[in-house]
Amino acid sequence: MSKRIDVSDLNVYYGSFLAVADVSLTMEPRSVTAFIGPSGCGKSTFLRTLNRMHEVIPGARVEGKVVMDGVDLYGSDVDPVEVRGQVGMVFQRPNPFPTMSIAENVLAGIRLNNRRLSKSDAAGIVEESLRGANLWNEVKDRLDRPGSSLSGGQQQRLCIARAIAVKPQVVLMDEPCSALDPISTLAIEDLIEELKADYTIVIVTHNMQQAARVSDRTAFFNIEGTGKPGRLVEVGDTSTIFSSPSQKATEDYISGRFG
Amino acid sequence: MTTTTRPPVADDALRLSHRRTLPRWAPWVALAASLVVATGLLALGGTPGIVSVALLGALVYTVGFTAVSWVIEGRRHATNRFATTLVTAAFVAAMVPLVSLVLTVLKHGLAWMSVEFLTTDMVGVFGAMESGGVYHAIIGTLLITFWAAVISVPIGILTAVYLVEYGRGALARGITFLVDVMTGIPSIVAGLFAFALFTLIFGPAYRAGIMGAVALALLMTPVVVRSVEEMLRLVPNELREAALALGVPTWLMIVKVVLRTAVAGIVTGVMLAVARVIGETAPLLLTVGYVAQVNTDVFDGRMTTLPVYVYREYSQGGVGIERAWAAALVLIVLVMLLNLVARLVSRIFAPKVAP
Repeated sequence: MSKRIDVSDLNVYYGSFLAVADVSLTMEPRSVTAFIGPSGCGKSTFLRTLNRMHEVIPGARVEGKVVMDGVDLYGSDVDPVEVRGQVGMVFQRPNPFPTMSIAENVLAGIRLNNRRLSKSDAAGIVEESLRGANLWNEVKDRLDRPGSSLSGGQQQRLCIARAIAVKPQVVLMDEPCSALDPISTLAIEDLIEELKADYTIVIVTHNMQQAARVSDRTAFFNIEGTGKPGRLVEVGDTSTIFSSPSQKATEDYISGRFG
Repeated sequence: MTTTTRPPVADDALRLSHRRTLPRWAPWVALAASLVVATGLLALGGTPGIVSVALLGALVYTVGFTAVSWVIEGRRHATNRFATTLVTAAFVAAMVPLVSLVLTVLKHGLAWMSVEFLTTDMVGVFGAMESGGVYHAIIGTLLITFWAAVISVPIGILTAVYLVEYGRGALARGITFLVDVMTGIPSIVAGLFAFALFTLIFGPAYRAGIMGAVALALLMTPVVVRSVEEMLRLVPNELREAALALGVPTWLMIVKVVLRTAVAGIVTGVMLAVARVIGETAPLLLTVGYVAQVNTDVFDGRMTTLPVYVYREYSQGGVGIERAWAAALVLIVLVMLLNLVARLVSRIFAPKVAP
């Protein structure tokens, strides 16, 4: 489990518009990398290039290399569907499938791919994944209830369980707590802490305290102005970034002087 | 520059707490009074009819009650009452023909309805004979509509999937335009098209239920495309992304997430399309015609359908008119039953929501 991702000289486009320019970055295995930066600076766009979800949007494309475990994810012989099986994703708003029960949601990644599962295997995966997402004790008595019957925070943990049920190497999280209350946020942050023992985790967050609390490394993205591409300003150990950043912009941002 | 004097705040508060309003029952009393007044006025010139009393009563009510409200409650409330009256009147006006139609068909249709009527065909029925029934027409309508649905539903759903999930640029715009054009095709033209098509392929003597099914499918397809398209667009994009991010290929995502989530709406849309064509007469008259006995083979020979049966019997006059009303009732009940089934299906498949 858990692999390193090396990004080099990545340019991300929407049609002819250059959204993110010239990013080179390494995400270490078994650690949490946080992306911070003002709105619209391309953090989420960049995150979505790591599992090739970016190209789902019509006209979107990428130049450069994203190498995981020696394989360029954008190589011509790489199937984006395979990539997404290796690099899971949790979205900003919890999005369980409304037609499925809690257990079916956890198994969605397997069942939707038409893979057959014995009943005992399915039950095993459901329990393991829900335990992994710290949700098992809350839902074990109502696994056949609809996923949408859970609270927002529980739904988000259900989505995390769904993501780890397909056994990815990397889990991407796009502002996973921005739609949640502080207590649910705490539950997710604790969960991230546990998940990093097994996965490479990349998290986009607007909450700098959250980045400081959960991440090992922090990358600061910034944008010079509207119409200009977002750029990676600085990356380093979280403690360094938050105590003595080398760039003026980073210091201004984390001290709240702008953004 | 103008100076305006504002009333003191205390005065406003006073008006808030002492606002005069009409009691709840006021509209009903006013309506009853208006009808009485209308009846009285019309009685001066002879015996008043129901329609004239209702129309004059509505007019008296609208003017009178709005005026009363203006005097007692003030201008804003009077405007509200006036608008409420107009909206309600529009609703009633829309309901009148509908209720009247159902009542008329029930009244005439039930008179001739019997088990025998539902279970016999028209073989050996001549002139003023009172036997004979609608069985062959029920079979014909069900079979032809079924085949029309078999042809048009897959085409319609796949077209909608293309337009929503894949279609970009000129091709998608062209298809959307053609679907819109197809929606406006007169049904007789669809009938002529099917007739010409089968004549070209199988020769001029060929008659079969499938000809009618093709004509109906032509009318159904654009309705299916349009309604399914709307339903697919309602599926949140987040669900598509959630499925793709789990490593699910696009086609499985569409089949198992998008179509599955929208299935209730799709069933409703298909039912609307079926209801649209099940009562079509012209293209069926042209293609499959009329026959007295039951024909269950849609690929050989004429078939009778309910609308054509109604048309035929009505044009024969005499006892045929009674049969026509009863057959019309059967057709309405049939559409209602299909709608009930569709409701049931969509309830079963609808996304589960928290109670």
